[in-house]
Amino acid sequence: MLCDHCGDREAVIHLTQIVNNQMSTYHLCEGCAAEKGLEPGVGATNAALSDVLAQMGKGLAAEGARAVGPCAYCGMRLEDFKKTGRVGCSHCYVTFDAHLRTLLRRLHGGTQHVGKVYLPPDPTKEECQERLAGLRRKLEKAVESEDFERAAQIRDQIRDLEAALECWT
Amino acid sequence: MLDLITPADFGLGWLEASGPHADIVLSTRVRLARNLQGYRFSPCIRESEREQIFERVRRAAEQSETLKGGVVLDLSTLDRVSRHVLLERHLVSRELVGENGAAPPRGTGLITAPGEQVGVMVNEEDHLRLQCLLSGLRLREAYRLVDQLEEELGSQLPFAYHHEFGYLTSCPTNVGTGLRASVLVHLPGLVLIKEIGKVLQGITQLGLTFRGLYGEGSEVVGNFFQISNQTTLGKNEEDLIEHLEKVVRQVIQHEMQARNTLMRDARLVIEDKIWRAYGLLRYARSLSFEEVMNLLSGVRLGVSVNLLPGLRVYTLNKIMVHTQPTHLEQAAGRSLSEAESDLHRATYVRRILATEGRVVAEGERVGETGERQG
Repeated sequence: MLCDHCGDREAVIHLTQIVNNQMSTYHLCEGCAAEKGLEPGVGATNAALSDVLAQMGKGLAAEGARAVGPCAYCGMRLEDFKKTGRVGCSHCYVTFDAHLRTLLRRLHGGTQHVGKVYLPPDPTKEECQERLAGLRRKLEKAVESEDFERAAQIRDQIRDLEAALECWT
Repeated sequence: MLDLITPADFGLGWLEASGPHADIVLSTRVRLARNLQGYRFSPCIRESEREQIFERVRRAAEQSETLKGGVVLDLSTLDRVSRHVLLERHLVSRELVGENGAAPPRGTGLITAPGEQVGVMVNEEDHLRLQCLLSGLRLREAYRLVDQLEEELGSQLPFAYHHEFGYLTSCPTNVGTGLRASVLVHLPGLVLIKEIGKVLQGITQLGLTFRGLYGEGSEVVGNFFQISNQTTLGKNEEDLIEHLEKVVRQVIQHEMQARNTLMRDARLVIEDKIWRAYGLLRYARSLSFEEVMNLLSGVRLGVSVNLLPGLRVYTLNKIMVHTQPTHLEQAAGRSLSEAESDLHRATYVRRILATEGRVVAEGERVGETGERQG
C-alpha cells in the first residue's frame, strides 16, 4: 500500500483518527508521518508506542541521565530499541532500567505488576509463599465477581501449593 | 505433517456461532505472551535458539493435559498456501507466516489442543503466545482455558519474570500480565446511524483499543471491530477481563438500540439494503473479498433482526472464512489472479447460498423445483 500523502513510498503507519465523530484512516510512509507529527492518543496511558519512544530520550537528557552502553547479554543498544520498540532479551530490562521505567509508566500508568505471580519449575519457599498470596488475592476477586468456575480452579491451585509448602517444614 | 491440517474444519470450531451474543460477537480471543529465561528475544534471537525453544515447548506440550493428542506444526516446513490458510483462520499471526511469501525461519511453529480452541504459537514476537479462541462473548472461559495451559507449560518451562514488571516480553506494551483479550464485534447498526465514532472514542477513553478484522494495523472491513485491552501492567488478569467484558456488553446494548431505532424509523430502507445485499451475494458472478465482507454485513444484520428466515449465522461465518484469497486458492488447487479469484469467490458464495442459504420472503412462494442455481 502506498502512502496517502506522497503516493510515492510504502505506507508503514496506519493512523485512525476520530474527528467530530467521523472516523478516518490514513496510511502514511515514515517520512510523511514524521512531517505530520502524529498526534498522540487520548490520555497518558493511551499514547502510541512510537510517540512515547520518540519522547523518551528528550526527558532523560534533561534529567542528566548518562548514556548507557549496549546490553551485555544480547548486544542491543538503546538506539536500536528506540527504533524497533522491542528489547533483545530479559537482561535489557535491567540494562535500560531507567528508560524502560519511564516508558512503562507512560504506556501503562505504572511499573508494578499486580497480576499472576509466577511459580518457576523449581521454586524456592519464598516464591511459593509469594505465589500463594497472589492466588488468595485472585480467589477473593473471583468470588466477588461470582466467577465460580474460576474460583474452583484457583482453589485447587491453592490446595496444591499449601500441600507443597507443608512438605518444606 | 501437511495432512494434519487438510481437514476442512481445522481450527474453525468458532464458526458454529454457538456462543452468547453470537449474532453480534463473532469470537473471543485471549492470549498470553511468555518468554523463556536464558534465550534472546525475537529481535536478537539466533536460529539455534529458536530451534531449541521449539523443541523444549514441544516436549513440554507432550506433558500438558490440554495439548495432549493435539497437532504440532512446524511452519517453516509448510508450503505458502497452508501457512496463509492458518493465517486467514486467525490461528497464527502475520509475523508467524513469513514476510512477502517467504517461509518463516526454522523453529517457528504452532501447537494446538484437540479441537484447536487452545494453542500456542512458538517463536512469534515472543517465544510463546498462548491463545484461546471461542465463538461468541466468552471472555472468562477463554481466559480460564488459556491460564490452565499457562500453568501446565509454566511448571516445566522457566518463564522470564521480573519481581516488579511481571512477565517480560519483547515489546514493553505487553509486559506485566502479557494478556491481550479481544472481542470481534459486528456493529452495522452503529455505523448506519453514524454513532460508531462516538462509541469508538468512548472505548479508547476507557483504556481499551479497537482494530480491524486482522488485528494490528488492519483496516475495518464489513463493520467488524476488534475491541481489546490496551494496557497489560498494573491491573490483574481478572480485572482486565472484567473491564473489557463490561464495556463490550455496553457496546452490544448500544448496537441493539441502534438496530431497534433503524427498524422503527427506517424499516423499508433497511429491508431494502438487506435484500439487495442478499440478492447480490446469491446471484453475482464476480465478487471481491471486500465486497463480500460488506454484503455479508448487511445479510448478517438481516439474520439478526429475523428478516432472512432460514439463513444461519454459521453459513455466513463459513462464507467469510472460505472466500478469503488463500482459501480459494487452496480449493482451486492452484494460484489465482485477482480476477479469477473474484469469479471463484462468487461461485462459492452462490453454491453455499443455494444449498444452505435459500430464503423465501414473506408473500413469495417459490416451488421446490422452480429455482436451480449452479
